[in-house]
Order: sequence, then structure tokens, then C-alpha cells
Amino acid sequence: MTSDDDLLRDSCELLFADLATRDAIEAAEGGVWPETMWQAVEEAGLARPQLPESKAGAGGSWNDAHTVLFAAGRHALPLPLAETMIGAWLLARAGLDVPAGPLALAAVREGERPRATQNHGVWRLDGIARGVSWGDLAPHCVAVAQGESAMMMLVARDQATLSRESNLAGEPRDTLEWQGATVLAAAPLQGEDAFMLGALARAAQMAGAVDRALELSVRYVLERRQFGRPLAAFQAMQQALAVLAGHAAAAAMAAKMAFRAMDRGDASFEIAAAKIVCGEAAGAAANLAHQAHGAMGFTREYPLQYSTRRLWSWRAEFGADSHWAAWLGRRVAARGADALWSDLTSRD
Amino acid sequence: MSGTILRFELCELPVEARALREEVRAFLRAELGADPAQRSRYSWFGFDPGFSRKVGARGWIGMTWPREYGGGERSALERWVVQEEMLAACAPVLSHWVADRQYGPLLLRFGSEAQRRSFLPRMARGEVCFAIGMSEPDAGSDLASVRTRANRVAGGYELHGTKVWTSGAHIADFVMTLARTDTTLEGKHAGLSQLIVDLRAPGVSVRPIPDISGVQHFNEVHFDGCFVPEQNLVGREGDGWKQVTSELAYERSGPDRYLSATRLLQEFVRHTGSEPAEHTAATIGRLVARKSVLRNLSLSVASMLQDGRDPALEAALVKDVGTHYEQSISERVHETLGIEPRAGTGSELERAQAWTLSNAPSFTIRGGAREVIRGIIARGLGLR
Ligand SMILES: Cc1cc2nc3c(=O)[nH]c(=O)nc-3n(C[C@H](O)[C@H](O)[C@H](O)COP(=O)(O)OP(=O)(O)OC[C@H]3O[C@@H](n4cnc5c(N)ncnc54)[C@H](O)[C@@H]3O)c2cc1C
Repeated sequence: MTSDDDLLRDSCELLFADLATRDAIEAAEGGVWPETMWQAVEEAGLARPQLPESKAGAGGSWNDAHTVLFAAGRHALPLPLAETMIGAWLLARAGLDVPAGPLALAAVREGERPRATQNHGVWRLDGIARGVSWGDLAPHCVAVAQGESAMMMLVARDQATLSRESNLAGEPRDTLEWQGATVLAAAPLQGEDAFMLGALARAAQMAGAVDRALELSVRYVLERRQFGRPLAAFQAMQQALAVLAGHAAAAAMAAKMAFRAMDRGDASFEIAAAKIVCGEAAGAAANLAHQAHGAMGFTREYPLQYSTRRLWSWRAEFGADSHWAAWLGRRVAARGADALWSDLTSRD
Repeated sequence: MSGTILRFELCELPVEARALREEVRAFLRAELGADPAQRSRYSWFGFDPGFSRKVGARGWIGMTWPREYGGGERSALERWVVQEEMLAACAPVLSHWVADRQYGPLLLRFGSEAQRRSFLPRMARGEVCFAIGMSEPDAGSDLASVRTRANRVAGGYELHGTKVWTSGAHIADFVMTLARTDTTLEGKHAGLSQLIVDLRAPGVSVRPIPDISGVQHFNEVHFDGCFVPEQNLVGREGDGWKQVTSELAYERSGPDRYLSATRLLQEFVRHTGSEPAEHTAATIGRLVARKSVLRNLSLSVASMLQDGRDPALEAALVKDVGTHYEQSISERVHETLGIEPRAGTGSELERAQAWTLSNAPSFTIRGGAREVIRGIIARGLGLR
């Protein structure tokens, strides 16, 4: 990898470690919008790394977006970075303007989408979207709606009736209801659907959180002593953390592959694979990391829970691993047994 | 500062490696027949000296070695592609596999000039088959406790002892033997040396050990005072332990760690058809997703080797994750279809299941038992 990559990774690490303190995360989980944190991230050019500069982006790649989201996942950074990156990218791809500030994302699955209607050239939005990431705190929401085809719509927050909800990690996952809402911009949705892009982002965040769980576990078993020696001296503990490291390696690689595929063009295969592998790693890693920490890891005080509560939430968002596994399996089956290997290698 | 402990990077396959993949594929189609289902081969664990010579003639053995020793001076990434294609096609590669994977590199690193000139070109042509002489009845995971003795005699050594589980010794020409050349030293890691032993020399006997898969694979090799000429000592006398551990890193991360049970996955997909039920589709999706990730983890290690870095931790991780994955395939097939494994008769799927079930236990034993591999990972994590 290039040293530019290392540079971006290091600056994200430094900045996010500085910003995502225990107090800051707790305050955000309590429902306070972390405005200064957002400003710092926005000023560092990390809010829309993969967008062209003409669209308020940093002119980088999806690979850069991966670096930012992985680090954000490692630090449980309480900001809608994933949502903003994806929402803004959908707008920009459709040739629409990207509003300043953070974006909420209502990337609802097919069949559960609110309705898009057009009257005399004016678009309106009706219906309910659940689990909208940062729906209440972001000034704008990018919503996927169903008209004659799938539509992507930009709506202001004040257009929705809101009910505040959150996931297990205290991140806003609100229910938004629109009744003839005014739409600021609309365009047909093409290419990777927003739901799939949500899965992409969560994969990188999960890979980061698993990496963090590994790091905390390694540190903890080296420091904590029982029976007159560090826990790390016990073979059972060494073996468990070796398994955890395997999950961290697989999750990190899966996420990287998916973002690289975005830079290349068609990424649906890799996104599904990443959401599956990271989702599987999430459950296993949380379990192993908690075991290594004993009661300490079960406390609100100790930081492991910032990673594990997010892992349990993120693996189920934008399609659980079971959803994407069935999706990928159907695709493989439709191509047939003899295409399996050449299809895999054709994506190198 | 980077924060993360693991160093896997996503590696870009160069164009020439991709072109090479097509070339290898065409070669294998011509050699092995186009329809995999008709081949009745369920993995790559086959010896076929004639096939190995053809592979050698194409320049696909010793690909990364210097030309002056018969190598191709190509990249580790191209080599990785050739390995992948061979294994995915269930090609019978065992006659040249060990020489290509570990003993060619070992001789390049530690061997004498005479050994390189004598062995490497023959290895690269696929003409010489090597076996691995490490394990003994009382030295398995605890390899450093080998007891085979190499006593100094005029012009060389006299070898006494027994090796076990020696794959392919019944077919191979030579066995790379880890033996004790000095018993006076403190500590079991000291006084070990590696010797090239001619399996047809007087005083060497090979007895097959039938295994549960029913194919003749491994053997007991007994040395009863056989003579090993001095020039067959590899590296320095007493450096055997250092040499053996560097050799094992090559053994651990290759595509053999995720492409041994691949035929079963293929037959599973064939059997369940183009529109599988939801749960079956999800099982296929999980297996394919993991395979695609494992490939890139292994490729990442190949590129670390290419850059001259030491991937001990990463190689061990690929082996651990890869072998776990491969063992899971037959379990998922059983869970989904409940078919009976059939040896010799039955459908391709039933036979692939039988092959995989009866070989899968060895995946997490050979090349270092699972617990030993995880110990290496733990060391890499700084836990020991
Ligand atoms: C199919 C096959 C082919 C082989 N081919 C070759 C060959 O060509 N050449 C060669 O030299 N060897 C070969 N081997 C041998 C292989 O390297 C050994 O089997 C392996 O190193 C384990 O040694 P062992 O079988 O004596 O098991 P043991 O060392 O007796 O261990 C038995 C089990 O105990 C556990 N265990 C062992 N040590 C520890 C530990 N420190 N901590 C926790 N648990 C532990 C592991 O689960 C292990 O599986 C082959 C083996 C197989 C199965």
C-alpha cells in the first residue's frame, strides 16, 4: 500500500482517539449532537473523503473512505460518517448538490420503502421509514423511496414527524414519518442501492471494532494477573486470542476488498461477502473479547463495550449476514458450479 | 503509529499474473480433461511424476528461483496463481509439490553451491521428488526432540533412527531428514542438522502406513546405519533447528490451506441446483464469501514473501483460518443435505463428501497441529 494510505490512517487514528473520549461517546449516546466533534472531522476533510472536491468532498477514493470508516469503527466515533459519505455520494452520483453538514440515511429495503409521488413536476414523499440512522440529529435526510422506480430523495429534517429510537449502542435509529413532505432534490436510484452501500460502510466499521476488541484483549491479558502470572501466560487464553485474531484478519480483509471493488466499479459481490464475513466475525469477536476480560469487560466503565455493543448492532443493520449470505448464495447458484472458481478469480 | 496489530494488506495481482492464470487453466484442461465431474479426483493429493515433468517443462516449478539454477525468476504472485490453479483443478501435484514449496527455497538459502547445481535444475524440471523427514514416533508437535542420530564417519554420516508419517516416501527419491549430529550439547534445539538422504540407499527401508482415507500416502522410514555423504549436509552442522523453522513458514500460507476441499463445495453447488432454498443459499453464500477472503489473505502473505518480509504470524493465521474453513465445508454439506458419504461408488457429491470427511482431520494436524499454530499466532500477538 502507498504511504498516502498510511498517512491518512495515522491522522484518523490520532484525531479520532482525541475526539472519541469516554465522555464524548457517553454524551452522544445520551442524545446530544457532538457539534464540535463534527466540525473537527469536517475540517480535516474526513466527512466525504471519496467525493470530488466540487461536491464538498476530499477528492479521494473509496479506499480512503474505508480508511476513515475503519478508524471510526475502531474508536466508536459517535458521528454519522458512514451515513454522510453514502448519502452525499448518492446525491453527487445523480448530479445533485450535496448540502453542508451531516446526513441521515433512510436506506430502507425494497418492499418497505416510503412512496415517492410526482405532481406537476413536484416530488412528494409519503410513508414511514424505520431505523433511520441519525434521523433526528442530522439537518437533512437522504431517503430511498418507491415511485415507478426506486428514487433517492433529499428531505429536510423538519419535514418528518420523528420518533426517537436508538440501537443497542445508543446510536440514533429513528422512525420518520412523512406526509406529503417537500422534497429538496430527487433522482432515480441507479447502480449499487443505498441499502447495499449501508452494508458496505457497516462492514468497514465492524472490521475496525473487531480490531479494537482484539487490541484491548491483548492488552488486558498481558496486564491482568491471576494465579501469580499474567492471563496471557495461560495457553487457553493464547488460543482464544489467536482465534480472535483470525476473525480480525478476515474481517479487515473482507472490508478492504469491498471498498477496492467500489473504486473499480461493480462491487456487489464483495459487499455481500464483506457483510457476511464481518458479521460472522462480530459475534465471535465480541464473545471471545468479553471472555478474556472477565467481569471488567462487563462494566460500563471499561471501553470494550463501546466496541461490542456496536458490533451486535451493526451486524444486523443493512441486512444481517444471513440476508447477504442468501443473496450471494442465490447468485452463485444461478451461475452454476462450473463457473464458481472462474467467477471468484475474475474478481482479483 | 497505526493502531492495528495485523499487517495483512490487499494485494493487487499484476496483469502478467492474470494472463498466466488463463495459460495454466488451458494447460490443465488439456492435461486433465475438460469435465471435472468425470475426473473422479476430489483433491490434489495425487502423485504423478509424468504430470510433474510436464508442469516443469512449462516452467511452473521453481518459478521464483534464479535462472542459473533452472528457475524462472518470476514473482511470488505468479507462483501463487499457478499453485491456485493446480489445486483448484485437483491436479496431481505431489511429485513436485514439496520440492517446489520448501526444499528448493531451503537449498537456495542454506544449501551449498554444489547442492544447488545438482538438485535445483532437476527439481524445476519435475524430475526429482522430495519427502519431508521431520516427525518421529516420539517427536510430533515437539519436533525438536527428534532422536534420529547422524554419527560422523569417514566422508559423511551414518544414520540411525525412524521417521514416521513421511508423505510420499514410497515414491520419493530423497527425504530431507532432520537428525541429531551432536548429542553432547545442552538443550534439545542444539545439535540438529538437515541431511539429504537417498531413499534408495542401502540401509533405508520404507514401510507404508495405511491411513483412514484408504489411499497410500504416508510411511515409516527406517534408517539402519545408512551412509550419507558429507556433501549432503544442508547448511551448517548444528543449524538444523533454525533452518527447519524458516522452512515451515513457506509451508503454511499457500493455497493448499483453502483449496483442499474445494471440489466438495463445487459438487454441493451443483447438487443443490440453480434455485436453492433460502437456507441452502445462505450456506453457499457464507462458504463462498469466506473463500474469497481467504484467497486474499493468502495472496497478501505471498506478496510479503515477495517483498522479503517475514510473515510468520500472518502465515500461521492463514493456515488456522483456512483449515478451519475447509473442515467446515463437509459439516455444512452434512447439515444441509444429510447425504451418505460413499467411497468408490455413489454420486460425485457423495464421493467428494467421503474424500473430504476422511481427509479433513489431517488439515489441522499436518504442517503443525492447530494448537501449535495458534501458539505461533499468540507469539506474534506478543502474548508469549
Ligand atoms: C496426513 C499427514 C501427513 C503428514 N506428512 C508428514 C510428512 O511428510 N513428514 C513429516 O515429517 N510429518 C508428517 N506428518 C506429521 C505431522 O507433522 C504431525 O502429525 C504433527 O506435527 C503433529 O504431531 P503428532 O501427530 O505426533 O501429534 P502430537 O504432537 O502427539 O499431538 C497430538 C495432539 O495434541 C495436541 N497438542 C500437541 N502439542 C500441543 C501443545 N503444545 N499444546 C496443546 N495441544 C497440543 C494437538 O491437538 C495435536 O493434534 C503428517 C501428518 C499427517 C496427518
